[in-house]
Amino acid sequence: MSFRIHFFDPTTALLRILGMIASGQTSSRDTPYGSRPPAPTALAGPVNCSRRQRVKNDKPSSAQSLWIDEMLRVRDNRDKAAFADLFEHFAPRVKGYLIKSGADGTTAEECAQDVMTTLWRKADQFDPTRASVATWVFTIARNRRIDMLRRDRRPEPEDLPWGPEPEPEQSQVIELQQESAKLVSAIADLPQNQRKLIEQAYFGDLTQAEIAKITGLPLGTIKSRIRLALDRLRHAMK
Amino acid sequence: MTDKHERPMTEATIKHHLDEATLLAYAAGTLPEAFNLIVATHLSLCDTCRASAQAYDAVGGALLDDDSAAMTAGSLDQILAQLDNGFDAPARHVSTSDIPTPLHSYIGDDLESIRWRPVGMGVKQAILRTSKGATARLLSIPAGAAMPDHGHHGTEMTLVLKGAFQDDDAYFGRGDIEIADSDVQHIPVADIHEDCICLAVTDAPLRFQGILPRIWQKFVRI
Repeated sequence: MSFRIHFFDPTTALLRILGMIASGQTSSRDTPYGSRPPAPTALAGPVNCSRRQRVKNDKPSSAQSLWIDEMLRVRDNRDKAAFADLFEHFAPRVKGYLIKSGADGTTAEECAQDVMTTLWRKADQFDPTRASVATWVFTIARNRRIDMLRRDRRPEPEDLPWGPEPEPEQSQVIELQQESAKLVSAIADLPQNQRKLIEQAYFGDLTQAEIAKITGLPLGTIKSRIRLALDRLRHAMK
Repeated sequence: MTDKHERPMTEATIKHHLDEATLLAYAAGTLPEAFNLIVATHLSLCDTCRASAQAYDAVGGALLDDDSAAMTAGSLDQILAQLDNGFDAPARHVSTSDIPTPLHSYIGDDLESIRWRPVGMGVKQAILRTSKGATARLLSIPAGAAMPDHGHHGTEMTLVLKGAFQDDDAYFGRGDIEIADSDVQHIPVADIHEDCICLAVTDAPLRFQGILPRIWQKFVRI
């Protein structure tokens, strides 16, 4: 028999149940994780008070900031309710990615379950100063795709000597998450043909020459942020 | 905390980096194994490219936006039931030798125990076992010696692990990666101070000039 333990921040829980989360600046809210990232703008749509429901949000960039909360609860509290929320959001997306990459429905489903299990098991490797949750989930899914679908090996770079900082500066978390959100918007705004090329590159097999034709990815700022985070990690424990 | 390495794994002096297309392909997961290996090894030494690679991961994350493939009913409960199962926590892999971790499962962690095969003119190689589509080898070039004159079909990437080489005006030290496409005809020369050990990956056979090297080519699988 499975049951869920709910660890709610009462303020946030109330706001979500009412389906209204005020937009605006980060307000310092008391959680075990420090102050929260910026809240998404007001959400419209039906609300279901019998359980926490993820209301459909047409601004994917805002939704990303919610997942940090869930992810940190999984990491620090082994919170299964938070995991369930992550599963409901990401499992179909991972399954969709695998299907677009050529997997049949059954394999894609199996793989997606595997990816979510890995998310649970490797939660302590998630670093919110270097990646959004979606990015991190993507890397797990990509590795499983190579392993299971392509039956190939993908060597990974050497681990950093130490894991992510247990209590990173919130400003650094926020900045990286905002950069990730901006990248999502920028990609959505790309001309159709460029967007299509990028999808083909990530879901299929393009030659190096075809990949070289991809332009318009504004990666300068996010690269810098990630580089700064790496530098901090290199020096953090000295 | 004492650091076991004599020097940090990352090299601050890297001037020759991976190109954007390769970084994107690595993030997308579409490179053959040998290229994955040389990219992963370079990233172990180069934080600039590691940050770039993670930026391309973020592109992948941005593309995870299609939720139309619903999971079957009960799949969540199935997973929840298994979450408490024991599992081995993944170990952290940090190299204590000059050889970055991604290479360990291919060649071990000790340069002294590599089984070299002579290629001619003092150059030695060790071919790594990787999947089809590309070849990875370690090359050892004696101090001051030149690689046999060759051009390529396809793409060749050469990553310095020890020592250095000069190619025309460009100097490649530990961590530097040289990328050469099929137009390039080049003669890298190892630095005079020590033997140069590189990881070299190609997606096509090398073309050697002259008759003798071509005979070697058949025998040594270059």
